[in-house]
Amino acid sequence: MTLIDLFEETHSSLTVNKVRTGLTMLGIVIGIGSVIAMISIGQGAQGTIEANIQSIGSNLLLVMPGAQRGAGVQVSAGRGSAQTLTQEDADAISKEVTDANAVAPEVSRRYQVTARGTNTNTQVVGTVAAYPSVRNIEIEEGSFVTDSNVRALSRVAVIGPTVLTDLFGEGANAIGQTIRINKVDFKIIGVTKAKGGSGFGSQDDMIFVPLSTAQRFLAGDTYVTTISVQAKDQESMPAIQQQINDLLLSRHNIIPPQTADFSILNQADIVATAASITNTFTILLGAIAGISLVVGGIGIMNMMLTTVTERTREIGLRKAIGAKRKDISTQFLAESVTLTFVGGVIGVLFGWGVSLLVAQFAGIATSISWSAVALAFGVSAGIGILFGYYPARRAAGLNPIEALRYE
Amino acid sequence: MIACKDITKVYINGDVETVVLKGVSFEIREGEFVAIMGPSGSGKSTLMHILGCLDAPTAGAYVLDGNNVANLSDDELADIRQGKIGFVFQSFNLLSRATVLRNVMLPLVYAGIPKHTRELHARKALEAAGLPEDRWTHLSNQLSGGQMQRVAIARALVNNPSIILADEPTGNLDTKTGEVVLGTFQELNHREHHTIILITHEPYVAEHADRIIHIQDGLILEDKKNHHKRTATGE
Repeated sequence: MTLIDLFEETHSSLTVNKVRTGLTMLGIVIGIGSVIAMISIGQGAQGTIEANIQSIGSNLLLVMPGAQRGAGVQVSAGRGSAQTLTQEDADAISKEVTDANAVAPEVSRRYQVTARGTNTNTQVVGTVAAYPSVRNIEIEEGSFVTDSNVRALSRVAVIGPTVLTDLFGEGANAIGQTIRINKVDFKIIGVTKAKGGSGFGSQDDMIFVPLSTAQRFLAGDTYVTTISVQAKDQESMPAIQQQINDLLLSRHNIIPPQTADFSILNQADIVATAASITNTFTILLGAIAGISLVVGGIGIMNMMLTTVTERTREIGLRKAIGAKRKDISTQFLAESVTLTFVGGVIGVLFGWGVSLLVAQFAGIATSISWSAVALAFGVSAGIGILFGYYPARRAAGLNPIEALRYE
Repeated sequence: MIACKDITKVYINGDVETVVLKGVSFEIREGEFVAIMGPSGSGKSTLMHILGCLDAPTAGAYVLDGNNVANLSDDELADIRQGKIGFVFQSFNLLSRATVLRNVMLPLVYAGIPKHTRELHARKALEAAGLPEDRWTHLSNQLSGGQMQRVAIARALVNNPSIILADEPTGNLDTKTGEVVLGTFQELNHREHHTIILITHEPYVAEHADRIIHIQDGLILEDKKNHHKRTATGE
């Protein structure tokens, strides 16, 4: 039996009952399609989250007051109460940790902000001139807070595009205007560029003021809430983390490291944690979709068993005229693999379509990887063999005499 | 050339042993037209299965063209069936969704004959079986019973077998069509010298053969030349 014969036999037997073939295939189409769609959504989400984390800066270490917390979790309530980091700590880090590119302390809290009758509630960040380079912030117009602003306790503010829209309307020119934060007037000197995203609190919805001004007029103390440290490259991050840890432990006179009154978040850790979360998420989605694939496979097996029973006499005849066991089992296996393979092709297209629709209407970025497509094909062909094997064996094992007598 | 020597067949179903053939011996020479006749339960079907290499005897020797085929495996038997035996069944057993030509070519598919020569063989076989050419591209379920049986005969002929085994070939046909089919067998035997073994329970059908082997209760009751051979009427 040549391959062409096999193909012809398969084609003619699958087209006898087109509705049944179609419905059986539909099971595989849905199974493969949902696996593709789910994995693409999961991988897309992973990409979005990682891009969001990268957008807060690269090679970043965040030093925060209070005990060690889970990576990526910022608990606002703990921040005001744990006041252990000061401007001097930041200065010491920038002086002694030589591998650090830049150090930017900040004090941030939410305030009600008003301007000419409109008002909004937003995050006000008191910081220094190094902040934009550390946290990947770009200026759209005007300028950022300078070192002389910090020294002079200037009451100037740089606002994010969301704040601009909320207070002055979209695209308005806000430079030189005055806003009132916590009953203190600030003059706007710059607007930051929109970054989009919402991973760790949108950086578009923020107001930046000089650190000293924030401490004096808004917070009323000299503590800082976060010190951002940018490492010179990714390799030096663990060493820098260790140096900062040792430095702050000695500055705060703490001997057992477990009782540290600060914690250091490593951006790589955050990325790793987020990646592991999204990975789990993707696997979960894929596994749920995989269940429908197995159900589809059982549908194939069911159809093949029915076919074998229906065609018992035909199998008997084929054996009588010289078909060997292998000929019969190959034929039935070819039918089930064809079902799953064609179903797999349609399923990949279907899943692709679904993920495009999701990207279009739900706004989740999706990405189809070739590995997922290859996996889906492999799995569907494998399911064809797996669930076709038993019916094919059953057909091949039929006794020709009994098969010919079968009514 | 077929030689059966002391063939016995015992079926064991649980604790019950059923002896179906109790030592059957005969020879059939090339070009003979033999009818094996007996009532149902006589063992003629079992004998046909053994002659057709669908089943192996429990004891005894079955020599087909000089080879003892009594103790071969399933796949080896399949090889013998494919090369040496053509079957014609009572219920035709055609693939209903395939054309006449494809039905006839089916044995050649399993014999590994190249595609382009298959149709040539099939056309020759269909001609020999006497099916009008305008039917050859029809689906087999669009044919009448007599035509179907002729397609089945063509399928049996197509790989030029040593013997053609016909199991109640007229059982599903009316008398007139049955006559036509029997006539076809007589033609094939007379003109092309095919060895034909006809299995039937009807004496009337058996009388179309040159020799009648009468079986009863698993034994040969009578094995004689048929002196009153009927010539099939009909076409």
